[in-house]
Amino acid sequence: MRFSLLSVARQGLAGNEGWPEQWRSPEPKAAYDAIVVGAGGHGLGAAYYMAREHGLRNVAVLDKGWLGGGNTGRNTTIIRSNYLWEESEAIYEHAMKLWEGLAEELNYNVMYSARGVMMLAHNTHDVQSFQRHVAANQLAGIDNEWLTPQEAKAFCPILNIEKTIRYPIVGAALQRRGGTARHDAVAWGYARGADRLGVDIIQNCEVKGIRRDASGAVAGVETTKGFIATKKLGVVAAGNTSVVMGMAGVRMPLESYPLQALVSEPVKPIMPCVVMSNTIHAYMSQSDKGEMVIGAGTDAYTSYSQTGGLHIANHTLDAICELFPVVRRLRMLRNWGGIVDVTPDRSPIIGKTPVPGLFVNCGWGTGGFKATPGSAHVFAHTVATGEPHPIAAPSISIASAPGG
Amino acid sequence: MTARFRTASGGRVDRARPIRFTFDGKSYEGLAGDTLASALIANGVHFVNRSYKYHRPRGFLSAGAEEPNALVGVAEGPGRFAPNLRATQTPLIEGLAVTSQNRWPSLAFDVGAVNDLMSPFYGAGFYYKTFMGPNLFGKNWAWKTIYEPIVRRAAGLGQPPTNADPDAYAQYYDHCDVLVIGAGPSGLAAARAAAAGGAEVILCDEQAEMGGSLLAETRATIDGAPAAEWLARTLADLAALPNVRLMPRTQAFGYYAQNFVGLAETVSQDERARNADAPRERLWQLRAREVVIAAGAIERALVFPDNDRPGVMLAEAARVYLNRYGAKVGERVVLVTAHDSAYRAALDLKGAGVEVAMIADLRAKADGALPQAARAAGLRVLAGATIHAAAGKRRVAGARLSAPGFAEQTVACDALLMCGGWTPSVHLHSQSRGKVVWEEARGLFLPGDSVQRERSAGACRGVFGLAQAMADGARAGADAASRAGRPSPTMEAPAVADAPEAFGGALGDQSPPAARKAKAFVDYQNDVCAKDIRLAVQEGMRSIEHVKRYTTTGMATDQGKIANMNALAIAADKLGRSVPEVGLTTFRQPYTPVTFGLFAGASRGDLFDPVRKTPIHDWAASQGAAFEDVGLWKRAWYFPQGREDMHAAVRRECRQTRASVGMFDASTLGKIEVVGPDAARFLERLYTNPWAKLEVGRCRYGLMLNEQGFIMDDGVIARIAADRFHVTTTTGGAPRVLNHMEDYLQTEFPDLKVWLTSTTEQWAVIAVQGPKSRELIAPFVEGIDLSREATPHMSVREGRVCGAPARLMRVSFTGELGFEINVPPDVARSVWETLWAAGAALGVVAYGTEAMHVMRAEKGYIIVGQDTDGTVTPDDAGMGWAIGKAKADFVGKRSLARADLSAPGRKQFVGLLTENPRVVPMEGAQIVARADYAVGEHAIGHVTSAYDSPALDRSIALAVVENGRARMGETVFIAAVVAGQRRDSRHGLRSRVPRQEGRAPRWLALSLRRRAAARSRGARCPPGRASRSQSRRRRRASSCAATRRSPRRPAPPSASPFPAHPARRPRARGAPRSGSDRTNGY
Repeated sequence: MRFSLLSVARQGLAGNEGWPEQWRSPEPKAAYDAIVVGAGGHGLGAAYYMAREHGLRNVAVLDKGWLGGGNTGRNTTIIRSNYLWEESEAIYEHAMKLWEGLAEELNYNVMYSARGVMMLAHNTHDVQSFQRHVAANQLAGIDNEWLTPQEAKAFCPILNIEKTIRYPIVGAALQRRGGTARHDAVAWGYARGADRLGVDIIQNCEVKGIRRDASGAVAGVETTKGFIATKKLGVVAAGNTSVVMGMAGVRMPLESYPLQALVSEPVKPIMPCVVMSNTIHAYMSQSDKGEMVIGAGTDAYTSYSQTGGLHIANHTLDAICELFPVVRRLRMLRNWGGIVDVTPDRSPIIGKTPVPGLFVNCGWGTGGFKATPGSAHVFAHTVATGEPHPIAAPSISIASAPGG
Repeated sequence: MTARFRTASGGRVDRARPIRFTFDGKSYEGLAGDTLASALIANGVHFVNRSYKYHRPRGFLSAGAEEPNALVGVAEGPGRFAPNLRATQTPLIEGLAVTSQNRWPSLAFDVGAVNDLMSPFYGAGFYYKTFMGPNLFGKNWAWKTIYEPIVRRAAGLGQPPTNADPDAYAQYYDHCDVLVIGAGPSGLAAARAAAAGGAEVILCDEQAEMGGSLLAETRATIDGAPAAEWLARTLADLAALPNVRLMPRTQAFGYYAQNFVGLAETVSQDERARNADAPRERLWQLRAREVVIAAGAIERALVFPDNDRPGVMLAEAARVYLNRYGAKVGERVVLVTAHDSAYRAALDLKGAGVEVAMIADLRAKADGALPQAARAAGLRVLAGATIHAAAGKRRVAGARLSAPGFAEQTVACDALLMCGGWTPSVHLHSQSRGKVVWEEARGLFLPGDSVQRERSAGACRGVFGLAQAMADGARAGADAASRAGRPSPTMEAPAVADAPEAFGGALGDQSPPAARKAKAFVDYQNDVCAKDIRLAVQEGMRSIEHVKRYTTTGMATDQGKIANMNALAIAADKLGRSVPEVGLTTFRQPYTPVTFGLFAGASRGDLFDPVRKTPIHDWAASQGAAFEDVGLWKRAWYFPQGREDMHAAVRRECRQTRASVGMFDASTLGKIEVVGPDAARFLERLYTNPWAKLEVGRCRYGLMLNEQGFIMDDGVIARIAADRFHVTTTTGGAPRVLNHMEDYLQTEFPDLKVWLTSTTEQWAVIAVQGPKSRELIAPFVEGIDLSREATPHMSVREGRVCGAPARLMRVSFTGELGFEINVPPDVARSVWETLWAAGAALGVVAYGTEAMHVMRAEKGYIIVGQDTDGTVTPDDAGMGWAIGKAKADFVGKRSLARADLSAPGRKQFVGLLTENPRVVPMEGAQIVARADYAVGEHAIGHVTSAYDSPALDRSIALAVVENGRARMGETVFIAAVVAGQRRDSRHGLRSRVPRQEGRAPRWLALSLRRRAAARSRGARCPPGRASRSQSRRRRRASSCAATRRSPRRPAPPSASPFPAHPARRPRARGAPRSGSDRTNGY
C-alpha cells in the first residue's frame, strides 16, 4: 500500500486495520543470487538498489539481530557532505543528493531535515582547517560557507560567543544543506522498499561461516538458519566487519571503538540546527521530538562493548554546557554506545576483496549514517557488476592494504 | 488552613511548618516533608498536565521516580528554571513556582486538545507515511518548509530554560567495600549485615528519606516494633557506625565497567540554606568492591480504556500519599487489581475514612490473606471482574465494571486505584551487563547471573514479602562483605509480623474484546495505546526494539518504567509468541534523568580546561602581549607597541630579530627525557632518523611517523649522555607523543630498558635568535665555550646561564644564528629579564608565535599540523633525507613501502609566490592547474601557510601540490572562495570578502607562481659547506622566497636562508625543526 495523506486518512477512518506488513519475515531460501550480511541502512539500501537499479531481485539480507539495530539505530543522525578530500566529497555528496529525494523515492518519510550543520572554530588551527574545507567544498560545488561568530550566533541563538570563555568561538563553517534524518525510518524505508522488490530480509539469522568452493570463490554462508548458497556476498556489518570477514580468511585493516551518544529530556524548540565542535569534542542538535541529541567522542581503547565510560559523558557534557550554557539545567535521559570500525586513513572501504565473490563495505568510522544512501547505492553497483563504482574506485583495495 | 484532603494526623509531614507555593499562578499551601505531588493532592488538585500527543488531561499516576504524567516546570529564581520535573519527586520548598506543561493557552482550555479528536489519524508511526509532499519548490520542500516546523512546535515537553544555570555542581571520586543501592527493607538489612564485620559500607537511596516501602508501612511490626520505629532506630544505628555512610537523595544512575557506579546526589535544601556555597547536586564516581542492588519493584499499571484520567492511580501510590504524606487521593475510591497488594491500600484508606466503594479483582479468585482481611473489614470485593473503562474527563468520575453476577455498570468514584502487580527493577543489574531471565510462573524478568561483582536482593529479584525481602537483604549484605574480604558475622534477620505476603499479577491489555479500539494507554507520557502496539506488530514490527521505536513506547522520560512490561505482553500476544521470545529492550543509564550540569561539574569558564601558562607568561602580559590558545597553553602571539596592529607588530618583530636579536618564549614545546641503556635503540624505532651514532653533545632533527607512514610529530633531540636524550616535541603533540612512546615501550618493546619522563614543565625555554644572539647571551653563560668551533650548530651543552643550571642548544627555527636556553622554570623569568635588560643595548625584541611562524616560513620549515594534515609522508614534505636508510625498522617504515605512498601524483611540499606581491592567499585555499577552471575542477593542492614576509616585503606561501617538485617554475592558480572570510596576516584578523552571487567559485583570485628554487645546488651551496640534507632544505626554503632578481628591498644580511644570499652566512642555516604550535587536535 502506498503511503500518503490519503491512505492515512482512509485507514484511520477504518480503524487502521488495513495496513499491511511493511516487510515480510520470510524463511531463507536455499540459494540467492546475492546475499548482503548486515541489515542496517547501508545493507538494506544496497539490496534495495540492487533490486531497483540492477535487476537483481533474488537477494537476501541477513542480520544476526533485528534490522536497523546496529549503528543505524544508534547514531546522532547528522547528515553533511562538507568533507575535505575529493574522494570523500564525492561519496558524501552523492549521498546528500540521494537524501534530498529519499522520502519520495522510498515513499517513506525519513524526515531528512536540511537544518544546517555548523562547525565551530576556536583557534587559528581550526580557522585554517575549516577555511580549507570551505575552499575545497566550494571548488567541488558543495555548499559550505564561513561565518563570523556573530553570524554563527544568529544562526544558532543559544550559542555562547562570549570572548571570555575558555575557547572562544572565532568563526564557523556552515553547510546549509546539512541536517538530520530519522535514523530508524531510513532502515525501515529501505527494508520496505527492498521487500516490495522481492528482497528477503531475514532477521535473527547470524552468519557463522563463509563457505568457499574449490577455486576459493564464495559458495555461500553458514547461518543459524542453515546453509544458504550464493556466489555474491556483500558484507556490510559495521562493528563486526573484522569478525565476518575473518570467516573468509580476509584480515581487515580496521580497529573497533565504542562511540557514545546521549539525549536530554524533550523540550520545546530551542535549537534550529546542528552544531559541532571538533576542538572541544562535542556536537548537538535537537530532534523533532524535542530531545537534545548529543554525540561524544570515541573511547580511547578498542572494544566491542556497546557502552562506554562515564568520563566520556562527563567531558562531552562539560563541553556542551560551555558552548550552550542554557542547557546546563536540562537532564540526560539516555546514554548509549555503538561500535565504529575505523580504518587507518579514516576513510571507508567499498570494494572487491581477494576472495572472488566477496565484497565489503566498511570502515565508515563515525561518519556512516550520513553516507547511507550513497554508500548503499555505490555498493549495490559493486556487488551487482563485480566492479567498483567510479565513486568508490579511488578507495584503496584491501588487497594492498596493510594486513590484506 | 488545613488542605481539604489532608488527614488530621499521621504521615511524615510536619503540620507545624506550612509551605506556600504556586501552581500555574494559583497559591497553595503544603507542609514540610511534602513533595509537590502530595501537596497538590492534599489540596485536591489532580489535573496537572496535558499529554504529549493528544493533549489529554493527566494527573498523578504514581508517587515516585516512575511517574510518567505529572511533569511540571519548576522555577527557583532567575536562571533556575527546570522543565519536565516529576512532581512526585520534587520536594516542596517555600515559594516554589510551578507551571504545567504542554498546553496553550491554559491547562483547562488547551487548543491542542483537538488532537484527541484527530487521533484516528495519529496512529503509531503515521508520520512516516505522510508529510512527504507536495514538493512544489524542490525536493523535500514540503517536509522542510511546512510539516516539520509544525511537528517541532507541537512536540517537545516543557519550555527550555532561557538563562544559564547559576548553580554549582560538585564531583567526587570515592570507593568502598560494599555499596548498597536502595534503602528499603532489603537494602537496610543488607547494609546492617555488611557493616557488622567492619566493612566500609555506603547506603544510598534516591529519596530524601530512607526506608522505601517502610515509610508507608503502618501495619507490620519488625523485631516487635512498628515499622516506622524500627526504621528510625535502624537508621540511627547505621548512622552511628563509623564504617557506614548514609546517602539519601542519591540516585545510583549508572553501572559502568569494573564496579564503577555513578551516584547523583541532590543537596538538601537545609544544607543549601546553611551554606550558600553548597552545590545543587554532587556527582559521586564510586568504585565499589561489591555491590548490593536493592532497588525494589515498580507497581504495574493496568491497561484499559481511558486509564489515563486524572485520579486514576496506582494503588500503592495512594497508600503512600496517605500513610507517608497524610494526603487522601479522594473521597470515594474504586480499586481495580490483579494483585493482593492493592488490598493493603484499600484497608488503609478505609481506616483513614475514605469510602472504598468497590474492589474489583480481575482474578477469578481473590482469597489470599489480604483479600480475606479486606472482606473481614467489610469491603466489597468483586472477583472475576472486568474493567471496561474509566469515566470522567478532567477527573475520573467512575469505573465501568462488570463481573459474574454484576451487570456492567459505572461505579462512581473520584479516584480509581489500580494494581497489575509488581515489576522488579532490574535496571542496574542489566546495566552491569548481567542478563535477565524470564520467570514464567509469575511473569517476571529477574536478574540472571552476575557479570560484575554485584548481587540483587529483595523485590528487585522477585522476593516481595517484607520478611522474605529483609532476610534476602541480610544474606546479600553478608555475602558482599565476605567477598569484599571482610568478616561477616551471622546476624539474625529481623523478625517481621503482620505483613502477609501478597500474590498475583497481570500483564497486557485488560480491555474487554469489544473495547480494543479505545484508548487504553500503555505508555502514558508518549500517548502510546495498546492498539498502537498491535498496529506496529500488524505492520511487521516483530522485535520489541522495532515496536518501541515505531510506537515510541518506553522512550519517554520514564524510559518505560511503567510501560515496558505491558507493551511487551501486548506485542507478544499479538505475535502469538512468548514474552522472552519477543525480548526486552536494553536498559541504559541513567536510571532516572540526571542534570547535565552535574556531569559538567566545575568544568566551566576558566576551569573548563586548565589554562597552561609559561613562567614567562606574566612578563609577556606586562608587555601588552596578545595571547593565542594553543592546546591548553596561552602563548604570546605578538607584542603590539603603542597603536600597532598585529601586522605592524609582527613585521617589526621579524625585522628586528633578523637585524639584531629576538627573544621568544618556547617553553610550551613538549619535552621528554628518554633515559636508559637502550634509549638510542628506542629512538631508532620511534623516529625515522638514525640515532645510534649521534654524538653526545649533539642535536638532531627528529621526524616521527604514525603507523600509516605519515608525519605525526617532529622536534630537535639532543643527546645529553650515552644513555640520555632530551627529546622535544611540538607543543600540541606532547601528550600524544608520550602516549605513543609509552604504548610502544610497554606493548611492543618491553625488552628495551628505557624510561620516559615528561619534562615539559621542568624546562622553560628561552629562544634567542638573530645575528646578535651570541653577543647577547655570552656574558651570562658560564662553563660553555660559545665559539663556533666549540659549540657548533646543532649542539647541546650543559652549564649555567645567569647562574642557573641550563641546557643550552644551538639551534634555529628562524634561519638565524640562534640558541635555546633550557632553564628550570622557577628561575626562567629572572633569566629572561636579565637577558632582556642586557639586550636593550643590542636592540633586542620580544617576538610571539605569529612572528615565529612567519620567520620559519621564510626559511621554509614545516609546522606539523599546519603544513601537514596526517596524509603527508616524509618524501611528500621533501624530507626524505630524514629517513635513516640503513635502519632495519622504525614505526611507519612498512607503510612507506606501500605502492600508494610512492605513486606518482602525490602532493609535495613547495613554496609559492603570488603574482601580486601584496596579496596574501587564504590558508587552505585550493590550487588548480588552470585559470579557466570550473566547479568540480580537480584541486592539485592547497595553500598550507601564507604570510606577508617582512624579509622579502611581499607575500609568501607554502603549499602541497601534486608533483610539486617537478612543477618548479610553473604557474598554478587559486580557486576563489565566494563568500565568507579569510585570515589575513596583514590585518591579523579575518577580513571579509564581499559576498557574491551564486554558489560556485567563479573567479580567479590570484595566480601563483612557483619559482624554481634551487637553480643549482652549487650556486647556492658552496661545495663542502652543506650537508646533503641542508641543501634539500634550502631548496624548499627558497621556493617561497626566490625574489633574487628584484627584491623590493634587499633582505637583511642575516636573512641568509634565502637564495639571494646563499653563501653569505651558510652557518646560520639551522636544521629544520618545527613547533606544530597550531595543533591541539588528537
